[in-house]
Amino acid sequence: MAQRGIREYYGKKMLAKYWTEYFGKDFKYPGKIALVDPKTKLDDLPKKYKWLKEEKLVVKPDQLFGKRGKHGLIKADASFAEAKKWIKERMNKDTKVGKVTGTLTHFIIEPFVPHEGEFYVAIKSNREGDTIYFSNHGGVDIESVWKTVAEIQINVDQDIDKINVESKLPKDTPKANKKMFSEFIKGLYKFYRELNYAYLEINPFVVTGKDIIPLDLVARLDDTGHFESSEKWGGITFPAPFGRKLSKEEEYIKMMDEKSGASLKLTILNPKGRVWTMVAGGGGSVIYTDTIVDLGYRDELANYGEYSGNPTTDLTYEYAKTILDLMTREKDPKGREKYLLVGGGIANFTDVAKTFTGITMALRDYKKKLKDANVKIYVRRGGPNYQEGLRIMKDLGKELGIPIDVYGPETHMTRIVNMALGGK
Amino acid sequence: MTKTKQKTKPTKKAGKKDYIIMDKNTKAIVFGFQQRAIQRMLDFDYICRREEPSVVVIVNPTRDGMHKCFWGTKEILIPMVRTLKEASKMHPEADFMVNFASFRSAYPTSKEALETKTIRTVAIIAEGVPEQRTKELIKIANEKNKWIIGPATVGGIAAGGFRIGNTAGMLDNIVASKLHRQGSVAYVSKSGGLSNELNNIIAMNTDGVFEGVAIGGDRYPGSTFIQHMMRYEANPDIKMMVLLGEVGGIDEYEVVEAIKKRRIKKPVVAWCIGTCSKVFPAEVQFGHAGARAGADLETADAKNKALKEAGAYVPTSFDDFDDQIKKVYTKLVKSGKHKPIPDVEPPIIPLDYDVALKQGVIRRPANFISTISDDRGEELRYCGVKISRIFKDKWGLGGVIGLLWFKKDLPMWAREFIERVVLLTADHGPAVSGAHNSIIASRAGKDLISSLVSGLLTIGPRFGGAVQGSADHFTKYLYAGEEPSFMVKDMKSKNVNIQGIGHRIKSVTNPDVRVTIMVDFAKKNFPVTETLDYALQVEKLTTAKRNNLILNVDGCIGVLCCDMLRGIGYTRDEVREFVDLGILNAFFVLGRSIGFMGHIMDQKRLKSRLYRHPWDDIEYMMPDKPEKIK
Repeated sequence: MAQRGIREYYGKKMLAKYWTEYFGKDFKYPGKIALVDPKTKLDDLPKKYKWLKEEKLVVKPDQLFGKRGKHGLIKADASFAEAKKWIKERMNKDTKVGKVTGTLTHFIIEPFVPHEGEFYVAIKSNREGDTIYFSNHGGVDIESVWKTVAEIQINVDQDIDKINVESKLPKDTPKANKKMFSEFIKGLYKFYRELNYAYLEINPFVVTGKDIIPLDLVARLDDTGHFESSEKWGGITFPAPFGRKLSKEEEYIKMMDEKSGASLKLTILNPKGRVWTMVAGGGGSVIYTDTIVDLGYRDELANYGEYSGNPTTDLTYEYAKTILDLMTREKDPKGREKYLLVGGGIANFTDVAKTFTGITMALRDYKKKLKDANVKIYVRRGGPNYQEGLRIMKDLGKELGIPIDVYGPETHMTRIVNMALGGK
Repeated sequence: MTKTKQKTKPTKKAGKKDYIIMDKNTKAIVFGFQQRAIQRMLDFDYICRREEPSVVVIVNPTRDGMHKCFWGTKEILIPMVRTLKEASKMHPEADFMVNFASFRSAYPTSKEALETKTIRTVAIIAEGVPEQRTKELIKIANEKNKWIIGPATVGGIAAGGFRIGNTAGMLDNIVASKLHRQGSVAYVSKSGGLSNELNNIIAMNTDGVFEGVAIGGDRYPGSTFIQHMMRYEANPDIKMMVLLGEVGGIDEYEVVEAIKKRRIKKPVVAWCIGTCSKVFPAEVQFGHAGARAGADLETADAKNKALKEAGAYVPTSFDDFDDQIKKVYTKLVKSGKHKPIPDVEPPIIPLDYDVALKQGVIRRPANFISTISDDRGEELRYCGVKISRIFKDKWGLGGVIGLLWFKKDLPMWAREFIERVVLLTADHGPAVSGAHNSIIASRAGKDLISSLVSGLLTIGPRFGGAVQGSADHFTKYLYAGEEPSFMVKDMKSKNVNIQGIGHRIKSVTNPDVRVTIMVDFAKKNFPVTETLDYALQVEKLTTAKRNNLILNVDGCIGVLCCDMLRGIGYTRDEVREFVDLGILNAFFVLGRSIGFMGHIMDQKRLKSRLYRHPWDDIEYMMPDKPEKIK
């Protein structure tokens, strides 16, 4: 639950849909935009969107990353045939954007709008309310022209209709546009507030005749606002950030996470790493990962993950098996030990013995593989019934003949990282 | 990208004792009927040796009344009302509200609380409150100089004084972390999940926690690190502070500024978690909404660095957090600025019955025993047989009666016999006593159950009782080894009619078809028909006297039931036991209830009016005056 990015397509569609409600009829946004995903039949699109064949077009990917122009990922002034070709060449292809490589799967097509001035507007949330940023010099990296940006703070209890926005616009705002821009800003702000946006940036928008056209839009919604705004949002989905192509195992854990009331997370950072974690609790898992990195073992860190929210024995079993499977697939090429850290803080009400039962079931299943991969296990946990949980783990070590070192709350939470990795 | 301007906004002025928001005198309203959390708060009060419970009233929009909870080993009543208005009026001394409302209603309820004069602090537990709404609440709190803890938090704890909801976990953990008495270290953490760990670390390395607050994982927590730390700074009982921050957001920089500007002079041990974010290739969403490192400024590394440069004690990793706390604390003690607070023995914590039972440390003789069914576990079972199997294997009504009445897996003939008895006894027309009573009651506007019971109450020695009576009479003589002729004679000499013998219309020459069917069935299927045979011999003697003294349907069922019991393995003594406890009435009641209910529903659907018996059907024979007693 947090602020989550939405596709440019949905942001612009929402604007178009509620335009008259928030901006009236003095100026308009035609909202011509088409989304292309891997299932879209490109040849059928013009039936639905006649303008595709009537106007020159702009095409670009719509996958929550910016600076598309810089990465050569915008095709402008194109015919529909050219746009089609351009998309086909890129659809489902791995593409590097900055440091991240991901697969291109979503594109938007819009009319190419010849224009003169480009303008910048953004609304960002802060503790007191929201700040509106406006500049007459959009379309560039706004940081480079930050002096031209006017900031208008609207506190949470303020009514924007009672604020003289026009007077707060930058001095270089064209006289002819002043009224239109202040009305646009007011409308945009109300749209942002009432639809539970947390971030909205249009860089740039342009003016053609009586139209305001956002050329590039970035938006994040506060997904906790779902119960207030979902109707207006429509059937929106929150795409995963670009480049996070999930592995089979990550997909599996994600699926279990979504199906259950508990929380299960897994990110594989380096499958050849020797240090694996299986940590209870969101905060606890971050701390263990931190400590491994802080102690200088970032190259050996294999995964990030956590389980919490009182998962059932079955879920914990499946989760543990997934990690054990990944970590015992190969031996370390230099024959060194691998480490499994079964960590966690002091649980509030989760029954430790119960969750450990699932883990011990998985460990039993992987007895031979664990031995073959030369795995050493460290356990640290506290909370309800922890004594019994720790006893189960100790006994299991003896039973399986695998080294399992077991500690309770009297031992500092992350000390097992140190013990495993040869610090103190 | 937009630029983030760093602002240090004015914090609340900590006036005289304003720095305390919760202590051993705090009285709280709990919003939401969270029974376990309420009990946990009271248990904490108890082991802190608080004089009075911290929860004074519960707001439950769907119910009012009294809620019973434990106060140590005793039980107390806490009033429960439907609105906050009533609650605050009833207990104006309660200045704290623990709000367990859901994410949907957290906003309106917290708003109401902040606007209530007598309430000063609201702890919002719910996760998923929209950011806009929290911001609106913050605005109100700031204007009214009030406090919000949360949303998305477990709460916080004032050691030895007051616990917000479920903070600090189980009682044994609370005692292990010395939270039942005040220490001298105060902490503020973003994460609620790690507050147990902080309590533990502080307890192991200092003289313990004075107060701890988890401000919650949202992007805009209702109160921030600096607000609590300024309170801690102002409180002379607090000697040092611990801060556990997090990647994302910039709230920690307010603390950096305050230390730099010497507005915070007490030693601060600080650490921001999430230093690992740099090793992640793309954005990985951590658990908290606030944990989202956009700009460099928001990384844990940058914050840790800034805190260290400002003069906070910052370890090199969380692994040294404990050492750092210990060092600072030891320095305080050595410098003579602080005298360690001694430990206090907590009172014995009463163990909850269910916990103790789970641990296997107590036992208790049960007041009830049940040997026929079990509704616990995955599936309902009748005498060990899962309900799914009963359907799969088509046990039928007879099979289920076998399980629940006799605890036996009955053979098919017995199951069929039972079903035949039910079918046969299901109804005997509207004129018989029971049906008539049911009809009268139904027509008097009584509900189905009352009308049914009114009919059933007529079943006894005269009506429907022949089934029971015949079983009783025949088995008594048969089992005693008496000849049928003796039975007839003996009953005659006692002037008792043999139950189950005789019919109004039917006779030897005009036999009752129901009896014929049942007798044939028994002869064909029953392994034992001793009682039937005996009754038929008796019938021979009685019909010799009069043609209509035949074994009637009730008698037939009575004796056959006894034979069925014998056939499924019961001894004669056991059969008598069943007869004595009224098993034969059970068959009749079961069957005839079908008919009674039919008549009742029939009357209801006919909309029959109240029945009044006609005068002309009553012969009034009232005397002129009562008999005088001399």
